[in-house]
Amino acid sequence: MEVEKILSKYPRRKDYLLEILHDIQNHSTKNFIPEEAVQRVAEHLNIKKAQVYGVIGYYSMLSIKPRGRYVIRVCASPICNMMGSCSLLDYLKQKLGVELGETSADGLFTLETSECLGNCAAAPAMMVNQEMYGKLTPEMIDSLLEHYSRQTK
Amino acid sequence: MLKEYRIALRNSGLINPESIDEFIAADGYQALRKALKSEPLGIYEEIYDSGLRGRGGAGFPTGAKEKAAAVICSDCEKYVICNADEGEPGTFKDRIIMETDPHSLIEGLVIAAYSIGAHKGFVYIRGEYELSIQRVQNAIEQAYGRGFLGKNILGSGFDFDLEVRRGAGSYLCGEELTLIESVEGKRGYPRIKPPYPAEKGLWGSPTLINNVETLANFPAIILNGAKWYRSLGTENSPGTKIFTISGDVNKPGFYEFPMGITLRELIYDVAGGIRNGKPFGAALIGGAAGTFASEQHLDVPMGYDKLREVGLTLGSGAVIVMDGTRNLNQTMLSILKFFKHESCGKCIPCRVGTTQLHNTLKDSLAQQSFNNNQVYPELIRQAELIARTSLCPLGQSPILPLKSLWEHILVKQTANK
Repeated sequence: MEVEKILSKYPRRKDYLLEILHDIQNHSTKNFIPEEAVQRVAEHLNIKKAQVYGVIGYYSMLSIKPRGRYVIRVCASPICNMMGSCSLLDYLKQKLGVELGETSADGLFTLETSECLGNCAAAPAMMVNQEMYGKLTPEMIDSLLEHYSRQTK
Repeated sequence: MLKEYRIALRNSGLINPESIDEFIAADGYQALRKALKSEPLGIYEEIYDSGLRGRGGAGFPTGAKEKAAAVICSDCEKYVICNADEGEPGTFKDRIIMETDPHSLIEGLVIAAYSIGAHKGFVYIRGEYELSIQRVQNAIEQAYGRGFLGKNILGSGFDFDLEVRRGAGSYLCGEELTLIESVEGKRGYPRIKPPYPAEKGLWGSPTLINNVETLANFPAIILNGAKWYRSLGTENSPGTKIFTISGDVNKPGFYEFPMGITLRELIYDVAGGIRNGKPFGAALIGGAAGTFASEQHLDVPMGYDKLREVGLTLGSGAVIVMDGTRNLNQTMLSILKFFKHESCGKCIPCRVGTTQLHNTLKDSLAQQSFNNNQVYPELIRQAELIARTSLCPLGQSPILPLKSLWEHILVKQTANK
């Protein structure tokens, strides 16, 4: 199991918890941290499972719910908002047939927002997994969704 | 056109950020060599004398913070942390430094560590900044390879280890004590201050925590001296500042200038003026936790004290420009939504209060009879109460944009109606 490999990379210290959780999530094709992994992390670091869940629940990038292969994070900062991120978010909802937090029927995309992606000079912005995109238009969104759909075929 | 004066961004765009050789060829790690030959006392006094103030937003004298961490004890465990959890809306300067010149921050960090006697450090980078994480990680590995990190750095007998830690999506973790909690592997809940990190920080040990831009200034100050640094900028705000300009301007972006440049110069000379030839409406300075400036502030020199005198804050140096056709109530609503979302919930005034502020404005805006005159004084009353009773800077922030928007802009518009 991938989790064992990740755990062996880090000293058994609680301060590595976030690093471990990031790695587990990034290695999961569904962008989440499964229950078995939470159990293993807790054992490994000698902390309670509740503590691991508490940390996962606090940080918005981490999830215990399976998500799509690609997590789309639309920036919802006041700047991106001003530059039109709301209508882009609506466009994405309609295009993917989902509400915020949901995953598209083909299991590819999960739609989320971020409070600020730090790409303000190129607002409106969004991320797809770890890739950042700015100066978004509906046409760009169309081609990005196509690009990512093609990658998984 | 005004010419930039770059210190923190001196190598940005000029060198390959993945090549330590190009950094070294641009005088990189020379300041560290010089620092390691001096007494630590000389280092933090030089920084103190330079008048450098924390570039993360608070503007606290950097040298004073360093001195506090240096003198608290001599043989105890100490840490240095680079705060690279840049989450303030409108701010992206630290990302640019990390993506284009990561070694300058590492060099600053090692100098800071040597000056206070720390042997272990962390760069805490927000999880969304994937490219920054990769670049800093790569730079750390290269620095180890050349003996700028690790045991017996450059034969000086000084040991220092450095690691990257990733945040995971929490604005609050940019607050120094909350960040420390997060590095320890916990939820990002703030601690009560005092004690300050310089007394009791990471794992209860004295910890020096500085912003990326602050640290990127260290090498230049050590090489050129405090006097040189003081010759730039204004009396109480020496040096340069990176301004990140976004919103309704023709050339949004990042620009470094000596402190004292005016808002008018930044908007019209540097960022190419307002888009589509529209009139200026307002500028939000310092991000969501910042203040609204109006036309009457266009010629105030941008520095910590001058801005404070007119009821503004420099904060992180973000300048978010709104043309005269923007609905500022809608902007305010999205700012309040931001605070509501990012409140961690540890203390009740902030948890309940930020939601209450957002709902009050949202409900008022939905009413036909919406009147600024009735809503804003009430919002300000609530925000002041939240600011007085909250644990950390998050709950203390909504009052800043609310009060400045009302007093600098809306009050006049309402009176003219």
